[in-house]
Amino acid sequence: MPSVTLTVNGKKATAEVENRTLLVQLLRENLGLTGTHVGCDTSQCGACVVHVNGVSVKSCTLLAVQAEGADVLTIEGLAKGNDLHPMQAAFRENHGLQCGFCTPGMVMSAVDLANKNKNPSEHEIREWLEGNICRCTGYHNIVKAIKAGAEAMAGGR
Amino acid sequence: MYDFKYQKASSVADAAKVIGGDSEAKLVAGGMTLIPTLKQRLAKPTQLVDLGGIAELKGIKKDGNAIVIGAMTKHVDVANSPEVKSAIPALADLAAHIGDPAVRNRGTIGGSISNNDPAADYPSAVMALNATIVTNKRKIAADDFFKGMFETALGADEIVTAVSFPIPEKAAYMKFPNPASRYAIVGTFVAKTGGNVRVGVTGAGPVVFRWKDAEAALGKSWNADALKSLSVKADGLNSDIHASSEYRAHLVGVMARRAVAKAG
Ligand SMILES: Cc1cc2nc3c(=O)[nH]c(=O)nc-3n(C[C@H](O)[C@H](O)[C@H](O)COP(=O)(O)OP(=O)(O)OC[C@H]3O[C@@H](n4cnc5c(N)ncnc54)[C@H](O)[C@@H]3O)c2cc1C
Ligand code: FES
Ligand code: FES
Repeated sequence: MPSVTLTVNGKKATAEVENRTLLVQLLRENLGLTGTHVGCDTSQCGACVVHVNGVSVKSCTLLAVQAEGADVLTIEGLAKGNDLHPMQAAFRENHGLQCGFCTPGMVMSAVDLANKNKNPSEHEIREWLEGNICRCTGYHNIVKAIKAGAEAMAGGR
Repeated sequence: MYDFKYQKASSVADAAKVIGGDSEAKLVAGGMTLIPTLKQRLAKPTQLVDLGGIAELKGIKKDGNAIVIGAMTKHVDVANSPEVKSAIPALADLAAHIGDPAVRNRGTIGGSISNNDPAADYPSAVMALNATIVTNKRKIAADDFFKGMFETALGADEIVTAVSFPIPEKAAYMKFPNPASRYAIVGTFVAKTGGNVRVGVTGAGPVVFRWKDAEAALGKSWNADALKSLSVKADGLNSDIHASSEYRAHLVGVMARRAVAKAG
């Protein structure tokens, strides 16, 4: 069995996988990081978005073996102890979630956007969310949350 | 997903050797089409040969009157490239609207044109800009490359290494996207290069095609109104739950006129 070594949320991890194992399976099943969700089998919903080497990627559409040596950041890696990441806090304050299933992917996508664009407009946020589907909140509060979260990140909160 | 062997190719020659020696082996580029296909068990390759580690396949450069894009260059890098934005802004704009950000962070131009999905965006630009597809064996003209639905002129051990786009005087792309996937229901790319007009249409038919009547009309007068009296026949166009062939035929004209107006 191939063995994959990568950095996840700042820590080195090694896992025995099959070649067909997806990165999301490695995260959830080998490492127990179940914050990253699987919402579809067509690579369209974005519930599985994580950062690989600093950019958002669908972890259901990358083989674990392709992530050898990569630096992976998941939703579990955002908060500092009990202090939520500003984007997570903004989702809570703005009611940017209901069931929360899509939320890890939404937040990881949003953080990638805010890293690239410190002050995204509502239109830019909506376009950015093209690959993140929410089946219950409706996008209005999610967009509001991302705007507030990006502002908080830019303000170094 | 069925299991398979996996290896990272260290060079194009290395990858060609593997796929040449095993007809069931598959190249993987960004994986944005191949991995969903494997997940659905629609393909059962014996081995995957990952092109991801081959540095010579990445990057964008200006070469005389053309922009040359390496096969493994990601959509996001074409969208953000200063060279592409200044020489062929229509191409950067096309790349910026493929799928979603996560897809653009992995998907590549080489994978897109080799896959030749009837609704993919890049083939329309390759046709309209009269690009040349460079492989490990030869150079292929746009008109000879796209053969049919998911079918190209590539041989069994042939690998796309780069695509060379001549720099046009004017160009623009307009797509009517599928609201869920962002693939083109119809996308029309218009370009005027060295006085020559070409119009590439994707999404409408089983494979990308040139709208030659529109090319002739725009050659005489580069103006959206020049297309007003023209129409495309619905016969043979795609028809599915998203749009009938008649609707697609109508959209070809609408998108072409909007593209000409956008190109200015
Ligand atoms: C949710 C979603 C939305 C999308 N929306 C769009 C869209 O709006 N518009 C659009 O155009 N596309 C869209 N795509 C497809 C995306 O652009 C893919 O990236 C692209 O079609 C395939 O590129 P890839 O690099 O991922 O190739 P892969 O999936 O790795 O490979 C595709 C095929 O090409 C072959 N191949 C790859 N590279 C080469 C090469 N250099 N030489 C020879 N053969 C090669 C492979 O063997 C395979 O058969 C979408 C995909 C997803 C998942
Ligand atoms: S689970 Fe990855 S896109 Fe849906
Ligand atoms: S909060 Fe339920 S799917 Fe988005």
